[in-house]
Amino acid sequence: MDISGADLVRAAAFIGAGIAMGLGAIGPGVGEGFVGGKACEAIGRNPDEAGLLTRTMLVAQAVAESTGIYSLVVALLLIFVV
Amino acid sequence: MDMVFDTVSIVKAGQFLGAGISIGFGAIGAAFGEGLVGGFANCSIGRRIGMASPYTRTMLIGQAVAETSGIFALMVSVLLVFGDFSANGVCAWTATLSAGICMGLGALGSGVGAGYPALEAIWGAARQPAVGGQMTTTMLIGQAVCQTPAIFSLVIAFMLMFRNCVGLDVWPYGASLLGAGIAMGFGAIGSGWGGGQAGGAACEGAARQPHLRGPLTTLMLVGQAVAQTPAIFALLVAIMLISIGPTEGTILTSAAVLGAGISVGFGAIGSGMGNGITAEGACNAISRESSTTKDMLTFMLVGQAVGQTPVIFSLVVALMLMFITFNIPATLVGFCALLAAGISMGLGAIGSGWGNGATGAAACKAVAMEPTQRPVILTLMLVGQAVAQTPAIFALLVAFILMFGNYTGPVTLPAAMALLAAGISMGFGAIGPGIGNGITAAAACEAVGNRPEERGLYMRTMLVAQAVAQSTAIYALVIAFVLIFVV
Repeated sequence: MDISGADLVRAAAFIGAGIAMGLGAIGPGVGEGFVGGKACEAIGRNPDEAGLLTRTMLVAQAVAESTGIYSLVVALLLIFVV
Repeated sequence: MDMVFDTVSIVKAGQFLGAGISIGFGAIGAAFGEGLVGGFANCSIGRRIGMASPYTRTMLIGQAVAETSGIFALMVSVLLVFGDFSANGVCAWTATLSAGICMGLGALGSGVGAGYPALEAIWGAARQPAVGGQMTTTMLIGQAVCQTPAIFSLVIAFMLMFRNCVGLDVWPYGASLLGAGIAMGFGAIGSGWGGGQAGGAACEGAARQPHLRGPLTTLMLVGQAVAQTPAIFALLVAIMLISIGPTEGTILTSAAVLGAGISVGFGAIGSGMGNGITAEGACNAISRESSTTKDMLTFMLVGQAVGQTPVIFSLVVALMLMFITFNIPATLVGFCALLAAGISMGLGAIGSGWGNGATGAAACKAVAMEPTQRPVILTLMLVGQAVAQTPAIFALLVAFILMFGNYTGPVTLPAAMALLAAGISMGFGAIGPGIGNGITAAAACEAVGNRPEERGLYMRTMLVAQAVAQSTAIYALVIAFVLIFVV
């Protein structure tokens, strides 16, 4: 098996993509789950405000999602662009 | 720069690396656990100045037990620093390195875990001065059980160090020994830590409700025993890798044994901790509502059984890697495919195992709050756990695709690294969603305990939140598929 410099670069890019998406998925998953949990708790105390609380939950989760999307974008860039 | 090494130097290098890893990681757990105990001892003494000397005594006993795993790690380190294992053949370099990994990481969970019963025993005595002396027994039983994984690790570390492998090749037998250390070292973390949390809850409960000391101890011991299962799976795989590890084969054989160690070792972390947390929740629940004592054991065991699923996936993948002859080319591509299968399944099981455990714990507490809603809570728990299982199932899927793939393309470094990266992406990517899904389901169960009439609303909210939290696991799966099939 011959390994050229270009091979090495592509290989590193793929490893980088895996690491980026893999580690990058940890935070949003945990964070969004935590928001969902707290929303359930809050609705438990105040069921009448379920609509408001669900909306707040989704907004907060959308923000928490952002770094996951950054990871996705970087991973796709590493795979297809560089 | 010339790089030609004799056996003595290579083995020495392995020993020194292993020595550092052993005490480096081994120091974390014991220190953290002892710090927890010390912190709570200070709080307790602050509350009751006059009790300073009995609390200090309990603190020192509790810390001494937590220290055990640190001393094991020190012992292995000292042997590795001063011993000479080169007479065991060239494989001794992976064997000694592996012994260090095994003992260092294996001491981590037990060290932290042993802290919880001790801190709760002291804190409980400060809250309920009447129970004082009786707490020490419950504390010591709880601590003793969570020490088991560290003892498993010590046994495996000794088997590795003193294994005579004269005439055997590093690839694949040395790799098999390394896999054994990884399996047992990482596999001990969750069971030690989780078992300790269960012990802590039993001590807390025994302080609040001294008359429940018997049932609490039973529940704790059963819960801890189940939480020990993942460490026992890891022990089994480690023993098999040492005693019947392959002595000849291609690089595929080496990848398979390393992958098997990674799969079961990492896969045991989440289920071990999760089972411990469920037992903790069950102990909390019966000390809150003693009328549920009878039902709680069954409820806890159902929650723990589901929480065991991810580590069983990991065990299955590990056994498949060890015993199946794979029909893939013995090239770097094949090597990376099998290694990646182990990484995907091992890491991918962590989050789901933990999340399932947290859900089980919350369900136990909810039953104590609202015993009449048992069927509803059970349903919610099982649905929540099923969704939290999804990331581990994705990881299993990727592991299977990697193991049974068709690798006919050209053998290039990028092709190999793409497969490795697919395993890394799916493995790490499954951790967060598994944990997050579990936390959401846990909160939904507790909410039913607080206000049962809104259960439909909780179920809906839980599923919406879990679906969102699942998204990053799906991204990780997509990236893994792209890496395997497209590039």
